[in-house]
Amino acid sequence: MVAARDIRRIVLKQSRRADVGHIGSALSVADILSALYGGIVRVPDVDDPERDRVVLSKGHAALALYAALHLRGILPASDLDTYCGDGTLLGVHPERALPGVDFSTGSLGQGLSIGAGAALAARLRGSRRRVFVLVSDAECNEGALWEAVMFAAHHRLSNLVAIIDDNGQQACGYTRDVLSLTPLADRWRSFGWDARPVDGHDVAGLTETVAGLDTVAGPPHVLVAETVFGRGVSFMERLVKWHYLPMSEDEYRRALAEIEAAP
Amino acid sequence: MRAAFARTLAELADQDDRILLLTGDLGFMALEPFADRHPDRFFNVGVAEQNMVGLATGLAEAGFLPFVYSIATFASLRGYEFIRNGPVAHRLPVRVVGVGGGFEYGSAGLTHHALEDVGVMRLQPGLLVLAPADHEQATTTIRATWDHPSPIYYRLGKDDRTVVPGLDGRFALGRVELVRKGRNRVLVAMGSITATVVEAAETLDAAVLLVSTLNPPPTVALATHLARFSRVVTVEAHYLVGGLGSLVAETVAEAGLQCRVTRLGVTGLPDGRSGTASYHLDRHGLSRDGIVRRARAAFE
Repeated sequence: MVAARDIRRIVLKQSRRADVGHIGSALSVADILSALYGGIVRVPDVDDPERDRVVLSKGHAALALYAALHLRGILPASDLDTYCGDGTLLGVHPERALPGVDFSTGSLGQGLSIGAGAALAARLRGSRRRVFVLVSDAECNEGALWEAVMFAAHHRLSNLVAIIDDNGQQACGYTRDVLSLTPLADRWRSFGWDARPVDGHDVAGLTETVAGLDTVAGPPHVLVAETVFGRGVSFMERLVKWHYLPMSEDEYRRALAEIEAAP
Repeated sequence: MRAAFARTLAELADQDDRILLLTGDLGFMALEPFADRHPDRFFNVGVAEQNMVGLATGLAEAGFLPFVYSIATFASLRGYEFIRNGPVAHRLPVRVVGVGGGFEYGSAGLTHHALEDVGVMRLQPGLLVLAPADHEQATTTIRATWDHPSPIYYRLGKDDRTVVPGLDGRFALGRVELVRKGRNRVLVAMGSITATVVEAAETLDAAVLLVSTLNPPPTVALATHLARFSRVVTVEAHYLVGGLGSLVAETVAEAGLQCRVTRLGVTGLPDGRSGTASYHLDRHGLSRDGIVRRARAAFE
């Protein structure tokens, strides 16, 4: 069971313990990762060449990925407690030396190219494995991402599924103020993708949507997942400062209480 | 070397289906020997070098041996961070093939002149940097390294006719080739300019060493050769910083050799004037006569 509530619990606990930020981004993708690792992604073994590949292109949400990998049974609890410590493989951005991480990320705009290559590799080998790339909305500022968007559409990489964490925020402001992405789904669609706006906090809906995708033939898929930055903690939601800031002890207790009390 | 590359890779691909060739929309009248023979393993990804390297990263993780091809400046610089975070950081066998070292694209201008590619690529740990001196050596270099587990940067020349006298296509990873014997004085060369350096050495009666493996640095081989000389002049179609001259100076200093190093290369930003490769080399003192004149001064 990879429950989104448990992902959020771990995100808050480890962020507090390590006294680091990127909390809002990790909370934003908790439900998406719950859907991916709770049922969508096929990973019989982390070294199985036929496993689905996952690229956390928005690498700064790595803590939520670690939580999901733990809840999936891939990462031991003791490893979580090393998050951001000296000598750990659990840094702020994911490192592929950590079992369960397919690709190291952290520099935005690179993951979709890697994912497209992984999807092309599967096709060349006649494999049915799929590739999921989790990108941030602001990551679509990066020009190189659109190179990959064009390539995947041109080659009809139907086994490539991009999920955009469309929380409307970036490091220094709201995306509408920094560099407008609107209309985001239409832009991807106009490049030849099967673009679907979805509720990024509806785990069952996300799972159902992915199950309905044709990953054997047709265009690549993008789920434009509308999310709330900092989702689940009222005093963090939609506030830019929680992109970077760590929590105080009091803030941690209040945040955790909200997560526990949520329906 | 372009023809040698395309022909050699097509032959290797006959034996190994892991080989793929990706191009950033370059290689017209050059890559056809591969594209015609292996159309299902040839991808023109468009004018998108960054994506090309990212694609190769994903392909290599799945077990392929992707070769990505472009003009050396675009191959090395445009996708540089993708190379660093992709094949280098992941230790994946992506092959970045850059064509046209130095001024080989002549009148195409600075955007097409690879004057720092070896320097920046040499900075990346675990990335093999290989610069063959002629088309025969390009063939042996590719045949010796195509399935090496590390990522590789191949700096290839455009010329498929000129051969370096005395080289006979020899290549071994990490070896330094003595292509001309001489006493007391030695010229050290890299890449396509080597044939010109050998001509200069005949006038100077100097030895010529060829360094084709730039990374990892061939420290022991180079130090062993240089221990016999008190004066060394390096020659490269590359900025002075970071390339062959830097590598030789590092080697001499760290090995504690009693050997004075003079570096010949491109000393600063070109001034924008257009011309053939020969024109540019001459303006930077890297023609046969320029090398003779400057090396003679250094040897005195």
